[in-house]
Amino acid sequence: MNVNFSADEIAFRDEVRTFLDEKYPQDLRDKQAQGIRWDREDHLRWQKILYEQGWAAVNWPVEYGGTGWTVIQKYIFANEIAEADAPDMIPFGVKMVAPVIYTYGNEEQKERFLPDILQSNVWWCQGYSEPGSGSDLASLKTRAERDGDHYVINGTKTWTTLAQMADWIFCLVRTSSDVARRQEGISFILVDMRTPGVTVKPIITIEGEHEVNEVHFDNVRVPVENLIGEEGKGWTYGKVLLQHERTSTAGVARSKFRLNRLRRKCGESLHGAAPLIEDRNFARKLAALEIDLKALEYTDLRTLAAVAVGKAPGPESSILKVRGTEIQQGLDALFMEAAGYYALPYVPDQYVAGFVQDERVGAGTETRTSLTYFNNRKASIYAGSNEIQRNIISKHVLGL
Amino acid sequence: MDFSLSEEQSMLVDSVSRFIDNDYDFETRQRNAARDEGFDPATWRQFADLGWAAVPFAEDDGGLGGGPIEVALLMQQFGRGLVVEPYLANIVLAGGALRQAGNAEQKSEWLGGLIDGSRHAAVAFAEPQSRFDIADVATSAAAVDGGFVINGSKSMVLNARNADVFVIPARTGGSRNDKSGITLFLVPADTAGIGIRDYATVDGHQAAELLLTDVQATATAVLGNIDGGFDTLRSIVDDATLAVCAEAVGIMSTMHEKTVEYSKNRVQFGVPIGSFQALQHRMADNLIACEQSYSLMLWAVMLKAAGADDTSRAISALKYQIGTAGRRVAQEAVQIHGGMGITWELDIAHYFKRFSAIETLFGNADFHLDRYVALSA
Ligand SMILES: Cc1cc2nc3c(=O)[nH]c(=O)nc-3n(C[C@H](O)[C@H](O)[C@H](O)COP(=O)(O)OP(=O)(O)OC[C@H]3O[C@@H](n4cnc5c(N)ncnc54)[C@H](O)[C@@H]3O)c2cc1C
Repeated sequence: MNVNFSADEIAFRDEVRTFLDEKYPQDLRDKQAQGIRWDREDHLRWQKILYEQGWAAVNWPVEYGGTGWTVIQKYIFANEIAEADAPDMIPFGVKMVAPVIYTYGNEEQKERFLPDILQSNVWWCQGYSEPGSGSDLASLKTRAERDGDHYVINGTKTWTTLAQMADWIFCLVRTSSDVARRQEGISFILVDMRTPGVTVKPIITIEGEHEVNEVHFDNVRVPVENLIGEEGKGWTYGKVLLQHERTSTAGVARSKFRLNRLRRKCGESLHGAAPLIEDRNFARKLAALEIDLKALEYTDLRTLAAVAVGKAPGPESSILKVRGTEIQQGLDALFMEAAGYYALPYVPDQYVAGFVQDERVGAGTETRTSLTYFNNRKASIYAGSNEIQRNIISKHVLGL
Repeated sequence: MDFSLSEEQSMLVDSVSRFIDNDYDFETRQRNAARDEGFDPATWRQFADLGWAAVPFAEDDGGLGGGPIEVALLMQQFGRGLVVEPYLANIVLAGGALRQAGNAEQKSEWLGGLIDGSRHAAVAFAEPQSRFDIADVATSAAAVDGGFVINGSKSMVLNARNADVFVIPARTGGSRNDKSGITLFLVPADTAGIGIRDYATVDGHQAAELLLTDVQATATAVLGNIDGGFDTLRSIVDDATLAVCAEAVGIMSTMHEKTVEYSKNRVQFGVPIGSFQALQHRMADNLIACEQSYSLMLWAVMLKAAGADDTSRAISALKYQIGTAGRRVAQEAVQIHGGMGITWELDIAHYFKRFSAIETLFGNADFHLDRYVALSA
């Protein structure tokens, strides 16, 4: 055991830093710093820059274009990305559907889909949840019926993140009801969003933005080549994906960055007032959160190290999901408290148009603070709610 | 001690709660909040016609002679309905300042209009640097021939865009955080030098930043005593704190009840989610928190009504409870609704946002726990 980075690791960190200094475009940095949402083109542009560098698919096997990095390199990379305040890759392609395709797909599918994901030519979204099937995903009703060389899909998916930007959707659908366990009738199918019969309807979330959607399938004909693996095995594939999703929702590096930023902000004085960090109540809360985060950072590293020696992330990924999201939400609340009254102005047009510092409402604190607090209540709900994670721990780790 | 409501109080609760149930559904609320004014003027006039705006004022001033208990009961119902009409700004804050410190002329000029709903007012209780410390007044009022010249800035001035008159605390003596040396000024909104930058707030209400540049105030604009405005300011901010806590109690209980109802109807794994013990215990905790908060509200309100010395301490206790136990109730309500809890379409999200804004208004839990400690010494 050794708590320090090796010389090679330090050299790697410097390489990542130099890359970010030189290649992270200033206009995107500015948007990010001002809390302006990136549009589709912004994300794709940035992801293509990562691809050019060979760093788009951190976790993929090298043969498909992955980095082949060690656990520590991945950790360093995530930290540096967060430290530069660059967003993470949109996860649906590179982190979610790709591992399913390279693990369970056939050669043709790998050739057809993986390069476009790697190069960010195609935007994916995730079609799991349905109005009646959230936590109980296996009860899903969207049906795919075989008709010659096609499946005909009917049903409704919901909460589909950024479906309005997506080119393709990966879906869990029911291909058979005539099975002993409901999980056995589920298949994993890829659908081109331009196929006739697919419609996307926005759902506006609590903070007033358009992030999720309902996706309706009305006699959507999908070629059988788009089925991944075997018919009826989709549940198994989908579960592997969910475990990856949970590990990546820990968001340790991002939380470290935010915590440091909060500390910096609270060390500054607002128009001559005493810096908030001098308030002992606040300083203690910030410290307590930092301690939680440090524990999670090491739990995360331990899990990644186990994955590196060939263990799939198992139920332990539930620990990362639960604590990771609780810490994120704890930070959201502290940002609210730090901003005081300046968390309250609601000026949505400014987030889109951009605004200069002195024309901002208020005294220069972030006006997106409460929107983030509201929106991120989702973190304990999605990717398997935190209640469901605790059920998984109870059942599969504790054997209860 | 007596916890029962008087006949008048019961009638008041009945009339507001009937109004909320019959005439103020969630769609109406959203429509009212989306208007330019940030509320519905016709509804506000209705509040006046029903006598609600007159509740806390003395009969001599054209009021109904009610007190903190009546205001709290009203606000609790307003919380249930997520009411956006400016009761807090006009009646509790500005009305309170006039009621407590206004002279006969000031009252006769402004109170009638506030009570009949024809005029609006706003109290500028915060400054950009002040956070929750209402004694932190950097805005200055320099004495000149025949009056004062006010310079400075104010933030989070509720209902400013509709206000016909502002109550502006400004420093006539002492240094920035001193309690003495603060004077309250009653300044018509169309006075030259008042810059208003208004905005909606995340909870569907309205507020503004005020930029005060050489604003002229005559000697008759002084509300109460020169240098002695702090006591009035603290008193009305305490009243307002109590009022939003009562509103929060109404919000919490409503969120809790809606959540229990939802958990009985939402089916996952073939059973209502309310049958999962993990959720049952949390809803039981939510009920406990609602009851505890209501108890503290009654304590604070009864002390206030009795004019007791430790009223401020009780108000801080209540605000702390709202900011801690109440916050958990609000967060759990969203959580137990799953994805539905964070949709704009469902009222739960809007209760959550108003509740969160109330956590901040007039001081968050940390601030009030500190104040509680200080007042207990
Ligand atoms: C912002 C956002 C983005 C999302 N993006 C996507 C996406 O891109 N693609 C996609 O497929 N899905 C997405 N989801 C859906 C998400 O996975 C579901 O919301 C989640 O699975 C919960 O389902 P539900 O909302 O139906 O809540 P429900 O399952 O109805 O749960 C309601 C409450 O009951 C609790 N509960 C349920 N079962 C149990 C139990 N057995 N024991 C204890 N408690 C229980 C839950 O934890 C929750 O608190 C997204 C959700 C959100 C909010």
